[in-house]
Parts: sequence; structure tokens; C-alpha cells
Amino acid sequence: MTTETAESVEAAGIAPAADPGFLQRHGARIEYIVIPGAALVGALAVFGGFVALYGKNPLDLYFYMYYGAFGTAFSWQNTLTRAAPLILTALCTALPAQLGMVIIGGEGALLIGALSATAAALALQGAAPTVVQIAMVIAGMIGGGLWITLSGGLRQYRGVNETISSLLLVYIALAVLNHLVEGPMRDPASLNKPSTREIGAANMIGTIPGTDVHWGLAFGLVAAVAAYILIYHTTFGFAARVAGGNIRAAKIVGLSVGKLILTVCFLAGSCAGLAGMIEVAAVQGRTNANLAAGYGFTGILVAFLARQNPLAIIPVAILLGGISASGGLLQRRLGLPDASVLVLQGIIFVFVLASDALYGRIGFLKGKS
Amino acid sequence: MDFGRISRRHLLQGSAALALGSTLGIRGAAAAETTIGFIYVGSRDDYGYNQAHAQGAAAVKKLPGIKVVEEEKVPETDAVEKTIESMINLDGATLMFPTSFGYYNPHVLKMAGKFPKLRFEHCGGLWSDKDPKNAGSYFGYIDEAQYVSGIVAGYSTKSGKLGFVAAKPIPQVLRNINAFTLGARLANPKATTQVIFTGDWSMPVKEAEATNSLIDQGVDVLTCHVDGPKTMVENAARRGALVCGYHVNQSPLAPKAYLTGAEWNWEALYPKFVKMITAGEAIPNFYRGGLKEEIVKVSPYGEMVSAEARKHADDVKAKFMSGEFTIFKGPLVDNKGKTVIASGTDRGQQDPELEKMDYLVEGVIGATA
Repeated sequence: MTTETAESVEAAGIAPAADPGFLQRHGARIEYIVIPGAALVGALAVFGGFVALYGKNPLDLYFYMYYGAFGTAFSWQNTLTRAAPLILTALCTALPAQLGMVIIGGEGALLIGALSATAAALALQGAAPTVVQIAMVIAGMIGGGLWITLSGGLRQYRGVNETISSLLLVYIALAVLNHLVEGPMRDPASLNKPSTREIGAANMIGTIPGTDVHWGLAFGLVAAVAAYILIYHTTFGFAARVAGGNIRAAKIVGLSVGKLILTVCFLAGSCAGLAGMIEVAAVQGRTNANLAAGYGFTGILVAFLARQNPLAIIPVAILLGGISASGGLLQRRLGLPDASVLVLQGIIFVFVLASDALYGRIGFLKGKS
Repeated sequence: MDFGRISRRHLLQGSAALALGSTLGIRGAAAAETTIGFIYVGSRDDYGYNQAHAQGAAAVKKLPGIKVVEEEKVPETDAVEKTIESMINLDGATLMFPTSFGYYNPHVLKMAGKFPKLRFEHCGGLWSDKDPKNAGSYFGYIDEAQYVSGIVAGYSTKSGKLGFVAAKPIPQVLRNINAFTLGARLANPKATTQVIFTGDWSMPVKEAEATNSLIDQGVDVLTCHVDGPKTMVENAARRGALVCGYHVNQSPLAPKAYLTGAEWNWEALYPKFVKMITAGEAIPNFYRGGLKEEIVKVSPYGEMVSAEARKHADDVKAKFMSGEFTIFKGPLVDNKGKTVIASGTDRGQQDPELEKMDYLVEGVIGATA
């Protein structure tokens, strides 16, 4: 594929020719940029071919994708708004991945977090907005955290596969949400759309000044950076990675694996729970079935594309936010069906996963380490 | 690790595409035309709720000087706000039809506040004086068409058992079930309607199970109120039962089983709205109507519908057209034996009490909770 050759040439161009040791020293790091980049370009090329089969011009496609996602100030805000919840839900998968666990139930933690945050806000009606907001953050994080801890606990104490249990807990969370929203927590005035009472306009957290993007983005950025520091620059993170690498070795050196699993699951769930809290406090103003919008599931995709690295989650979430922001424009200008965006996401996912096989195999990028 | 490069590189590609795109010419909205945006929660070809709206949009497209932009599968989250803004900012849309119930509060209200000079026509919302004046809500009394369907069903059933596959026990849905049953019992006083709630708007597997289970219990005529009736219609026809459709005409799916159905008539309403706006007339903010106002219609009868049934149904339809027929009038007893409308009370279509309906009338087998 010519695009990929161009990509490699471009990547090679990054290295200053005057320093022969550069590739030796940084090859392994450059791989982390070149390989996903090439996978992305490859996926876009295949998607272009797919669109060409529909009789549309792939150049139009690339242009509208850029225009809808990053082409105007509005497009950027659209992209960032869509990226905000994805950063947090991706952390719900990426953190347990350090321990070798595959948690795919972020959607459930998001729903429970939203419910807990709403319940806290409704219980504290009349208190100062700052108090209500802080209570919502705490309640949302604890609710979501405990939800994923359930999966962690089942794995630790009962040997239940955490992937299956976290996925099944999503449906339980949705059932709990529907039950509460249609029953005990229902606002009697919400006739055709069962919802809880509103948390009140004063308690909403609003948007980042000067933009149209809500505060969820800032929460996501802080959480991602904090997760990165936790994983790569603390003994706790080191212990988690050791346990993820070889659980027996971790036990032999005396690490308390059970405690690690439960703590990491709690932190992971609290990120998704925070995403739920933000959906309530920045967007919906109450809890109803609209919250099950699939952010938790897209978060899994983001985490895998970012190779479970908390910092890499940020640009990947922005990329996927951009793809979904431009999806509307593709429908409107090119007449492509909504599913075409899902096709692109799927192609990217396959390319990135397949490209895993390339690490350490590109001759001229082989570093010492 | 610098993953930021991915998005920067992506930007570079985008800029190249931008240069290309500008030479090709951006297909923006021409200034002389009025651009209208239609937003759907599901897919445009669902043989149901969304297709009915898309058919209305197709009728608007035929008007001169009008450009229509459409987007499907837009969830009821801030995604719909961004879609609206994208249509305004990138396509120059000045009139919006966000067609899903859950878009209204808070999303459409927020956008109407933000763009006070543009017009927002929402399907299903309950506009009140507190809401922005540039927003409006319209809906149809489709229970009138359900009542006529019920009459045809009452004549067509051999077992006297009718089936209703419903989404949620909310006023909108209960009103349709009750109207269908009252119509059927006008034709056949012994007829009963067995109802099964699936719990959500689009649950194809549960809808198929409900259809099969109803037929197993001896039901021989079915109808439904879910977003996409396709599953129920096809499954019932395969099992040899007869069906009454909903939302749009499903006779192409089951020509030998399709008796009639309750359809939206957006093809008539949307061009009317657009003409009113271009002529400078004000559309009432709260707009409602039934068969008479041409907001709903009854599907053409299938060939298996008897002459007697056609005559009776046509007679009642004529009374609706002249505005002299009330569906919900006393004495009306619910299926627990409680009088819900006292003798002598007529609840006309505009009666706000009907918007709060929480009962199933006598003859319905099933419970609201």
C-alpha cells in the first residue's frame, strides 16, 4: 500500500540523519507512534475503498471527515464534547488491563454512577450548589467504583471470569436504572418519558468558560493524567503491572494481589461512575434511559486502541469523538448510512489489533531495549 | 510517549484534504434556499416511527427552493444538540425537525434558547408557556386511527382474542391499547386484547417472543406500539395470524395478512408547516390533531377485510372526520372494575386528563405495572 510506504518514509524523516544513534535509542518509542499511525492510515484507505464501492469519491470523504471533526472551531467543540465521556469510560477498561483483567462493563458503572449522583443531588436539595456538586462527584464515583469492584470481587473470591461478569452487570445496571426511574424515583410529571426529578439548574456544572464544551473534558484529562502517574510513577502502579505480568511471581514476592485487584477495579469503576455523574450534571439534568447511550462500550474501543495507556487514551478519545462528530456530516453531504461510521471504527479496531504483531519486527526501528 | 503526533499528523492529512476539497468546491447550502434539518433517533428505513418521519421529509424535499438535510440514529443525549448546531453552522439550516420524544427536554429547549431566530418544531413534546417561543411541539391523535383499526380487527378475529405488543406502559401507549380495544369491542363485544410489554422501544427479540407467545395463546389478530413493527408483522404473518400495522403502511411486508393500520401522515403535515413558514404565517406552538386534521391516517384495507367491517370502519372514520366522535367517554370501566370516566363525561381529544392515562380498559388482559 503506497500510503503506508509514505508513512514509513515520513516517520524515517522524523529522525535527524546527523545522529546515527537516534533510532537505536528511540526506536522502541517511535514504534508506538509509527505503527498505530500506519494502522490508522491503512484503515482510512480501506474505508475509502469501501466508500468508493458505494460510488462516492473517497477524497470527498476524507475532506468531510476532517471538516466535520476538526475543520472549524465549532467542529472542534463538537469533537471534544463527544470525546469527554470516552476518556473516563476508557479508563474503566485501561486500569484493570494493567492487572491483565479485561473489564468491559464501563457502561454499567456509568449508569450506576449517574443514579447515585442523581440520588445524592435529590437528597441534598436546598443545599449550596458547591456542596451538592461535590456530593454528586463522590456519590457517582463510589457508586460506579463499587459496581466494578463486584466484578473484581467475583474474580478474586469466586473465580468468575471478570469479562463476562462485568458485561452481564451492565444489563443488571440497566434493569436497576429502569426499575428506579419507572418506580420509586420517578417524577410523576414525567409522563411519556419516565425520569427522576431534575437536580435543579443551579446544581448543573456548566461549560468550560469561553467554550461550549462541558467540564467533563477537564475531569477526563485530569483523571487520565492521574491514572498515568499512578500506573507508571508509583509503587502501587508498579505492583499492579507486576501482578499483570505474572500473577505467580507477584504472589511470590509478597504482593497482595487480591487487594490490588479490588482497588484497581474500584478506581476503574469510579472513573466510569464520574462519567455518569457528568452526564447528569452537565447534560441531562436528571436520570432516565437516555443515559444508556453506549459511551461505556465505545470506551472499550478507545482503551484498546490506546493500548491501555492512560495518556494515549486522550488523543484516541479525541480521534473517535471526531469520527462520531463527522459522522453526521457524512450522512448529510454524502448520503452515507449512519452505520458507515461504525464500519470505520471496526476497520480501525481490526487494523490496530493486527498491527500489534509488528512491534519489534520492523528492522530499522529495532532499539536496544 | 508522544501520541499527540497521531492527531497532528491526522490534521496534516486533513489540511491536504482541505486544499483538495476547496478545489473541488465545497457543497455548502446555497444562500437562496431554505435549509431544513430532520433528525431521527433510529434508522430511516425501519418500517416504523422513523420511516414515517423520513417519508414526511421526502415530501418536503419536493417543494421548490427547499433543501433538506437528514441525520439518523442520533441518540437522545448532547449528541442531538451537536447535530442541531452542526446543521445550523455547517449547513445553514434555519428550521429543525428533531423527531424523537426524548430530544425535547433539555436538548431542543436549550438549542431554541441559543438560536432565538431559528425555528424548532419538535414531535411529541408538550410545549408550555414557559418554553421558548421559537420552539413548538406537534403530535397526532393516532388513537383515532387505532380505534378504526380495532373495529376491523374485531370483525376479522375468529377466536375473539386480539394481541398487542407494546413497548412501555406510558400514557401514549396505554391510550393506543385502550382505543384499539374499544374499537374492537364495538364490532365484537366479546373480544379481548392481550397485551405484552417488552420494556423498551426497540427490542426485536422480545417482540418476536411476545408475538409467538400471543399466537400460542390463541390470538389471531395482532397489532403493536413499538418503534419498528416489522418484527411483529413478519412473525405474525409467518404463523398465519392477521395484523394491523402501526406508524407506516407495512402491507409490503405481509400483503396477505395486513388488514389495515394506524399511520402517521407526516407527508401531509410537514409540507404544510414549511409552506406556512415561507408564507410568514405562525405555526401554533402547541399543535395537535387527528384524522380530521390529516395528521394521522388509516392504511387502505387488505382484501381479506369483509364488506361489513369496511362499512362500519368507514362510518366511524367519517364521524372522526366531521369531529363528532369521542373515543373516551363515560361510563368507562378499567380492567379491574374501577370506573375511570364517569357516566355523562366526554373526554375529547384535547382533554389533558388523557395525557395522564394510567389504566387499561375493560377487555384488555394485562397490567400497567
